[in-house]
Parts: sequence; structure tokens; C-alpha cells
Amino acid sequence: MKQLIDISKELFESKKVAYIIGYAEDKFKRVKPFVAHSSLDAETFVFNNYSVNNLSVYLTRLPKPKDGKIGIVAKGCDIKSIIALIQENQIKRDDVIIIGVNCNSVVNQIDEQFSKENTAIKCKYCQVRTPAHYDYLVGEIKEVELPEDKNFAIMQKLDSMSAEEKWNFWEAEFEKCVKCYACRQVCPLCYCEQCIVDKSMPRWIDSSATTKGNFAWNMIRAFHLSGRCIGCNECERACPADIPLSLLNRKMGMVAMNEFNYRHGTDINQPTLIGNYNVNDKEDFIM
Amino acid sequence: MENEKFEPKIVAFVCNWCTYTGADLAGTSRLKQQTNARLIRVPCTGRIDPVFIIKAFEKGADGVLVSGCHPNDCHYNTGNFHARRRWIFFRQLLDFVGIDSSRLYFSWVSASEGKKWVDVVDGVINSVRKKGRFNGYKRLNKETEIPVSAVDKL
Repeated sequence: MKQLIDISKELFESKKVAYIIGYAEDKFKRVKPFVAHSSLDAETFVFNNYSVNNLSVYLTRLPKPKDGKIGIVAKGCDIKSIIALIQENQIKRDDVIIIGVNCNSVVNQIDEQFSKENTAIKCKYCQVRTPAHYDYLVGEIKEVELPEDKNFAIMQKLDSMSAEEKWNFWEAEFEKCVKCYACRQVCPLCYCEQCIVDKSMPRWIDSSATTKGNFAWNMIRAFHLSGRCIGCNECERACPADIPLSLLNRKMGMVAMNEFNYRHGTDINQPTLIGNYNVNDKEDFIM
Repeated sequence: MENEKFEPKIVAFVCNWCTYTGADLAGTSRLKQQTNARLIRVPCTGRIDPVFIIKAFEKGADGVLVSGCHPNDCHYNTGNFHARRRWIFFRQLLDFVGIDSSRLYFSWVSASEGKKWVDVVDGVINSVRKKGRFNGYKRLNKETEIPVSAVDKL
């Protein structure tokens, strides 16, 4: 990735950025998130099929630089969450320099060899392999082969089930949850300083990992992301219990699309769906 | 327990300015209504976090009623509009995880609609009575109960 390194170096040399968030390999040749503070650091930047992390999560977590902007290396899907953060007034567009990367799909199981079968499901419907919004663009698009979308069949199956069958399905899934909150920590849009699950007076969601509390937590997590989730699927990747969280997020995304024809993170100037209202919203369910 | 006649337990979240006053009017007008609903007064429908509704189901409610001011009548101008948009998502989320969203009722009842309140409450109670007990959380609640020790069993 000579292009990426050259641009990063130039940004450091012209003192435009305080640091750049990107990907680098560790000593075991695994691709990891890496924050470069100098042009020497920037020489280790890489980008390949293993660059799966959504780095925009660090935009709200890392300390704000005193002078200079934050540079960030981002795939098309990550840029959607950067736009979402700008839409929600969490960061200013002028404070970030986005180095967009043409993405040729990323790996699903990060420990295993990248192949057609081991490609992330989100890549199947990706419309932003060439990012829609960026300051610099690097890399080139190649033809990629994509696997079948396993989750779509599960979604259809769930929709045809009765309420009780659905409950049993989710009970079996949520039973596995250990309440580690990795899904929250890894989510670029979960930026609340105090999460509702951490509030103890009163305690709304059981803190112990009982199935009842797990139901409440996973429902509320999905609800707080409804109309906001941009579908990077980092929550599902981070989940140590392999709960199919993307199903919940995808369902809520479909509601936003069907009811409001809205997709979050596509346009910086678009008002957000939740937090605004329309007097003509649907109300056929209200007596 | 099984043979007892099923009386549904309804939790009603009502807004202070319209529905609560409307329910008050129903009382002062001496209108007859069934008494299965427990009213919880909140400042505005916009104050009703969906986590309240989940909590109500967890604690054994068979149905939940949410009621507030008519659109454009909100005491805080926009509270019910924001709430309405959230409910569109929340209902479909409940359906997706297997809580029948038809156990969750919504209505607009203004301060002068004492009669409508009686009709709404009676309608909700009758419809939940027909649906029967909500069993989803029953099994899960067992998990969190303190087990009966062997000493107590003696």
C-alpha cells in the first residue's frame, strides 16, 4: 500500500494531522488497529482483506488532539459510520481527514485464511466498495467472488414463525450471552458516556447474565441502534458467544427502510431519523 | 393456581396532561370501568422509554397500554411525535424477538375524553383476557428466583 503510506507521510509532514488511525501488522503478521503519531509510524500501515475493524469507533474514544486533525483510514462501510457520527453531531467534518480505501471485501473469521467462503456477509450487498465520501482515495477495485447470504434465509424463516417459536429461538441465542458488552464497546455509534445498562438507580436492566436480563439488554441495544445502525456488523464479530446480533440490527434497518425510506450514514446534511419527527408519521396502530 | 379464573394484569403508562386527567374525569363522572389496569403517570408519552415496557412484561404484566395527548395537542408540543416514531420501531422489534406486539396497546385520549378512556380500558382488558396469560417471561423468571433450600422443604 505505497499510496496509503505516501499520503499519510505527507499529511504528517505538512502538519495537517495529529495522528492517523489505521491498520498495521503485529509481530505475528496479524492485522490490527494502529494509531500512527509520526511519519515513521505511518510506514507500517497496511490495508488488505484482513483489515476488518471499523476504526471509526476510535474517533469518539481517543483523546481529541490539541492542534491538528484526526486522520483515519476507512473502508466504504466505515465511512458510513463516520458520516453517521457527523450527522449526530458527535464529530465535526472539519476535524477529520478521511483516507478512503477501495475495498475488495474483508474476512469473516479473522483467524482463518481469507477465501470466498470466509468472506464477511455484509460484503454481499455492499454498495460502497468505492467510498461515497472521502478526502483522499487509495487502492484499486478488483473483481471479487462473494459467498451466499446465510442470514437472509434465517430472516425469512424467522418471519414465518409464530411468536412462541421466535421467543424460543431468541431464548436459545440470548442464553449464551455473558454480558461482556463487547457489542457495545466495539460499536462506533454506542458513544453514550453512561450506558443505560450501567445505571443502577434504578436498575432497568438486570446486570447479571440471566436470560431475562439478556433479553432486555439485547432488545434495548438493538432498539437504541434502530434507524442508526449502518451495518458494519462489528458487534457480531466481537461477540464471544456468537449471537446473531446482525439479524436484530438488520430487521431494524429494514423497518427504517420500509416505513421511512431512510438509510443512516449516507448524507452528511440529512437530518437523523430518530430525534426528528414528521406530523404525518404512520399511526394505524394507535387507537 | 391453574383453576383460578384468569384476571389480566395491565400496566398503563399515561401522560399527566391528557390521559391521566381524562381518566380522572372518568372517575369524577362516575363512569363504570374494569379495574385490571394499573396506571403509571409520566410527564409525557415522550418520557416513556421502551425499557419501561420491557420491565412491565418482565414483572408479569399480560398487556401494556400506552396513552397520551392527541397529535398537535402535546403539552410539550412535540413529545408525542417523537414517541410515535419510536413506537413504530419498538413494536416491530417486540414482534421480531417473539413478544406478541398485539399485547401492547396505544391510544390518544385527551383530558375531556373520559368516556373514550373507559372504552379504551375496557377494550384492552377484554382483549387481553381473550389472549390469556403472557407466559414468555414466566420460565425466565424461574431462573432468577432464589432456590428453595432443602432445610425449608423438610
